[in-house]
Amino acid sequence: MTSVPPSGFPATTVVLCLFFIALVPLASIGLSVVNAGLGRSHSAAHAMLSALCVFSVAVGVYFICGFAWQGYIGMPAHTISVAGKSWNWIGAAPFFLRRIEFDGSPASLAVWLQMLSVALAASIPLGAGVERWRLPACCASTALLAGWTYPLFAHWVWGGGWLAQLGTNYGLGHGFVDAGGASCIQVVGGLTALAMAWILGPRRGKYGPDGMPAAIPGHSGVLILWGCSLAYVGWLGLNSAGAILFAGIEPGRAVLVSINTTLAAGSAGLAAALVTRLRFGRPDVSITANAWVGGLVASSAACAFVSPAGAVIIGLFAGALVTFSVEWFELHFGVDDPGGAISVHGVAGIWGLLALGLLGHFSGPVFNLPGTASSHSSDSGQWLAQLMGVVTLLGFVLPLTYGLNLLLNLVCRHRVAPEGERQGLDLYELGAGAYPEFVTHTEEFTQR
Amino acid sequence: MTLAGFLLLLTGWGIALAALPLLGPGMIRTCFLLAGAAIEILGLSLIIRSQPRRLVGKE
Repeated sequence: MTSVPPSGFPATTVVLCLFFIALVPLASIGLSVVNAGLGRSHSAAHAMLSALCVFSVAVGVYFICGFAWQGYIGMPAHTISVAGKSWNWIGAAPFFLRRIEFDGSPASLAVWLQMLSVALAASIPLGAGVERWRLPACCASTALLAGWTYPLFAHWVWGGGWLAQLGTNYGLGHGFVDAGGASCIQVVGGLTALAMAWILGPRRGKYGPDGMPAAIPGHSGVLILWGCSLAYVGWLGLNSAGAILFAGIEPGRAVLVSINTTLAAGSAGLAAALVTRLRFGRPDVSITANAWVGGLVASSAACAFVSPAGAVIIGLFAGALVTFSVEWFELHFGVDDPGGAISVHGVAGIWGLLALGLLGHFSGPVFNLPGTASSHSSDSGQWLAQLMGVVTLLGFVLPLTYGLNLLLNLVCRHRVAPEGERQGLDLYELGAGAYPEFVTHTEEFTQR
Repeated sequence: MTLAGFLLLLTGWGIALAALPLLGPGMIRTCFLLAGAAIEILGLSLIIRSQPRRLVGKE
């Protein structure tokens, strides 16, 4: 692995990056389809339209101010000095993407990737708000995420910020490393999903008087599994492009990234199928699908820095973790998360970040700081840098996103009216159902 | 309870953050980082316990 100067890429690398980045929207589309399938049919069109609107709002807000605050390695930034060390805390680029040369430079490729990444992050909380999150509130919440929460944290990790500086400033390995966005995209989205699940509360009828949850199955297993397949292709692009642009790997090592991503997803899906088979007597479609995506999420951070065997370990653990996490959140924590967004993106993402510290090996410096590369090239203390990133996500990002959305709830109510939940969001907010030709068969049509 | 939980989250982060410039590399700094993480887990559990299981929809 070598460092890449921020001044320019060879033409072949630019083309390769453009190809990888063009795959990334499939991840957003896949998640949207999974979320629609995991909800009931009376809100399926609403789920898909929400995803489309959220995508549009996210890219728009990110264009206006998001990238300016996130920036890229070597771009202007605000710093403070703490005990003689410079802490880079927020980008200082102009709004509206001014002064970016769209000529295939790393910064311009980063803009393109980040625009799609922030849209992916914004689509994650939709999974937790299925069937009860109003469309205007979704869009307003997305504006906060894409305009402030995401750019701030992404600057710390990918913009040469203080988390990336942990290696040079404090000798913690190579600083906080995240090649494919397990932290900035997945955990930020997953923690926002947790905040939304708390603010929205559970769906009507989810918990009985005894506090026990009722099973509300998704309406289409086919959609769920189709969404997983789309997400897989999207993740191949996301991890590969992220590893080249934000970790400075040689483009040829995208082969390893793709293999690791595939192995992690496959082993996570298998682990979940096995665990649910052992526990419930048969594999569970929704949990296995969620675990597959969880494997993709967990692979993101370390995809360029672990061996294929390491990726299998990451995937196996992520699959089992998602299986139990979904149950714990629903049964013991009283959190209604129909899309499994908290477990899949939050919990599996945190595991992926820590796994990089435990299993990752670096064959050279990591390119995550201005200049050529992190001058500190030792692997020692890498797990502490990863832990610091996780502590920041839980201790700063979660309160921030919860507080912002709680304030938003005062001016733009998140939860739909009870009548809307009874009717389904398709009829209530859109005026038409997703499947107008569906016929509900009552008992007289069923064979006895 | 919820507010206390979020305050614990922020406190845990603050402890871990403060350990970086104040303490040199070594076991003590590692302990402070781990203590910050532990306090955050405490805060999370407090928030989770404080969330009411709202019986929405029991008509």
